[in-house]
Amino acid sequence: MAKLIALTPCAGLLPIAHGAAEVTEVVPECLVSVAPYAGQNKATSARLKEQVGTGLSAVNRRVGGVTWFGHGTWLVAADVALDGLAAVTDQSDAWAVVEIKGAGATDVLARLVPVDLRAQVFKKNHVAKTMLGHMSVAIVRTGPDAFEIMVMRSMAQTLVHDLDVAMRGVTAR
Amino acid sequence: MRITCPNCGERDRREFYYQGDALALGRPADDAGLDDWDDYLHNRDNPAGDTRDLWFHEAGCGAWLVVERNTVTHAVHAATLAEKVKR
Repeated sequence: MAKLIALTPCAGLLPIAHGAAEVTEVVPECLVSVAPYAGQNKATSARLKEQVGTGLSAVNRRVGGVTWFGHGTWLVAADVALDGLAAVTDQSDAWAVVEIKGAGATDVLARLVPVDLRAQVFKKNHVAKTMLGHMSVAIVRTGPDAFEIMVMRSMAQTLVHDLDVAMRGVTAR
Repeated sequence: MRITCPNCGERDRREFYYQGDALALGRPADDAGLDDWDDYLHNRDNPAGDTRDLWFHEAGCGAWLVVERNTVTHAVHAATLAEKVKR
C-alpha cells in the first residue's frame, strides 16, 4: 500500500500576521454533522448529552463541542452514535477551520462579512452562518478578540487570501 | 432590501435565492384535474402589491422561507419557515 501524506486544508498557507491580527489554522480531530430526523430533536439532544456531555445547542449558538450549523443541522466535534434519531455524516476533512485573533480581528472581519460582529451584539459562542466575501462561512466568537471561521475545504486558499488582503488594508490605515 | 430570517435575524437580500410564488407549496392531489395541475405548474399572477414568495437562505442557514412582501413599496412584511406554513 502506498503511504499517503495527510495535509491539513491550510497547509503551507498559515499562519499569517499583519498589524494587530493574526490567523492560525485550527485542525479539528473529528467533525460530524448531526441532522435530527423530523420530530427527533429532543431525543437526539438527550442521546447526544449522554455521549459528549452537551445536547443540541440553541440556534446561532455553540455549547462545548456542539455548534449550530444551519437549519436543522449541528456540527459535533466527536464521533457519535445516533442511529434512528439523526443523520450523522463524518465531515472531519471537509472543513478548513481557522482562527483570527488580535485587537484588529473585528475590523478585519468588518471588511468581509455583512453581519455585525461587534462584541456588544455578537458574544462568545455566538454563531453566524453568513458570507465572507463570496463564500458561505460559519463564524463563531471564541474570545474577546478571537473568531473561528469555517469554510469548505476547497475554499481554504481563497479564505486565506481574502483575510490577508483585509488584514493588510486594516494595518495600512 | 433586507429579509429577517427566523433563524439568523435580519440579513441582506444577497444571502437569499429567489424561487417563486409560494403557491408551489400547495401541491394538488395526484388525481386532481388538469386545470389544477396547470395552475400549480404554470400559471402565476404578476401582482402589483402584496405577494408571497419562496426564498432560500442559501448563504446562511439553508432554510426555505415564505416571504410576504410588497412589489410596489418593496416593504418586507414577514418571513416564515416554509416547514411551519400550513399547507
